[in-house]
Amino acid sequence: MKNENLYNYILGIADNSLILGQRLGELTGHGPNLETDIACTNISLDLFGQVRSYFQYASKIAGDGRSEDDIAMLRKERDYKNVLLVEQPNTNFAYTIARQFLFDAYHLVFLRELQKSSDLTLAAIANKCIKEVSYHERFSSDWVRRLGDGTEESKSKMQEAIADLWVYTDELFHQTEADKAMVAEGIGIDVIKLKEEYYNYVAGVLEESTLEVPDIKYFQKGGKQGIHTEHLGYILVELQYMQRAYPNMEW
Amino acid sequence: MSEDQIKNLEAQFEARIERDEKIEPKDWMPEKYRKTHIRQISQHAHSEIVGMLPEGNWITRAPSLRRKVALLAKVQDEAGHGLYLYSACETLGVSRDELYEQLHTGKAKYSSIFNYPALTWADMGAIGWLVDGAAIINQVPLCNTSFGPYARAMIRVCKEESFHQRQGFEIMLKLANGTPEQKEMAQDALNRWWWPSLMMLGPTDDKSVHTAQSMKWKLKRKTNDELRQQFIDQTVPQADVLGLTIPDPDLKWNKDRKSYDFGAIDWEEFLQVVKGHGPMNKERMKARVGAWERGKWVRDAAMAYAEKKQARKEKQAV
Repeated sequence: MKNENLYNYILGIADNSLILGQRLGELTGHGPNLETDIACTNISLDLFGQVRSYFQYASKIAGDGRSEDDIAMLRKERDYKNVLLVEQPNTNFAYTIARQFLFDAYHLVFLRELQKSSDLTLAAIANKCIKEVSYHERFSSDWVRRLGDGTEESKSKMQEAIADLWVYTDELFHQTEADKAMVAEGIGIDVIKLKEEYYNYVAGVLEESTLEVPDIKYFQKGGKQGIHTEHLGYILVELQYMQRAYPNMEW
Repeated sequence: MSEDQIKNLEAQFEARIERDEKIEPKDWMPEKYRKTHIRQISQHAHSEIVGMLPEGNWITRAPSLRRKVALLAKVQDEAGHGLYLYSACETLGVSRDELYEQLHTGKAKYSSIFNYPALTWADMGAIGWLVDGAAIINQVPLCNTSFGPYARAMIRVCKEESFHQRQGFEIMLKLANGTPEQKEMAQDALNRWWWPSLMMLGPTDDKSVHTAQSMKWKLKRKTNDELRQQFIDQTVPQADVLGLTIPDPDLKWNKDRKSYDFGAIDWEEFLQVVKGHGPMNKERMKARVGAWERGKWVRDAAMAYAEKKQARKEKQAV
């Protein structure tokens, strides 16, 4: 593939939305109330819309006849490049919200920078996505505040979820070889530069929510290299089910 | 108020409905009108919410990104319908929590069709095409019903439902024109959803308890049997376009009636499903009650947070 770095770079971005969208899709109809049910379904819908834009572009770059669906649904588990954070399960609503907030806060600053990419397609996609993601971030940070500063029970659940998921935040700021190459070309975003802003912002929201910033020094990593948690395999079972059971058909 | 005064109010009320005026929440209304509307609107709202389950169950397995996005949007629409139908109901002086309580304890009903399982992807097509198709036939006349908030909610619901129905038909069309395996999947879905869809339009006229009163209040403009006939006459040609066979050997065009004759409906099955013995009744209720119970601490937290915020605001104001 001529533009292999760009292709991999796009997948690195899109797989986060793909897997998080899939996780949120599990919740539809099972939310704590109708309003949150609608919001989570809507965020999932936005994320899959974004995935389509990215993969349609990736499909063009690959130029080997693979469609957006082939790229989304017919890779092997080691070929998915999403961060470990987004594949973590919906243990309870606090985990869903913590996962969402920790990702949205990153997603928002990332897209803000991606709008400046020298790749005009990526810049345009980022410009479209950022409007949606700023809504996602408002929803998730509001719920972190509500649950953190709500009841004793909600506070302890929220604190536990933040503490458990914190180990997956550092990976958001790791760079793969493709990332580095794209940064050098002015197409990619140097995520390392976003790290301080991210942690400051997140700490601010946690403080407002009367929650503690976890004191953790050792972080988990590997998703960007395709080394995932055991959860991903099960996510793919559902995501890929129809394409695997009924190959080469149109839907 | 004396009995005469009430009679007088009732006469004025019936005359307003006769003149096609809308009844609004703050207007005087007979208690029976209020109760009937709470029953019907909440039943409709519950159907939307329970109806999210069979389709929601396919979101993670949708066969393509395009279909996944469309399915998410559809299920989200259903939640939205639930939301504004519950709101319409609340204008009659009942809270959403009370209505949920009625659903969760089995006191309130929801459309029995959702007690059937969604087993294959083709069921997403069949539900859209047949179930939403039957729902539209039921609901279009309600856009002119006498209670204002319900009528206005239904205008929006019907627009979205007719979009869902076309989307469902399009899923079926793709399958029917696909591989033999896909066509078989579509036919199987039609076989399983056809009869329950006919039952969805309600018991036959001679068995229907609420028809006469509902007609008077424009909660109903046509009888169940008329609606069912309309649904069949409209759907059979669509099945022809798909090249699928309606699973009814007695289905035949009647030249004189200019309508399709059709076979006997298994009302015993309908009765059993209504009573709670359908394949998915228990599962659906378990899912709804489970979500509600698991969500309690979340709703409590939101309430506590809102109270704290309000208290802080008042303190600042002082």
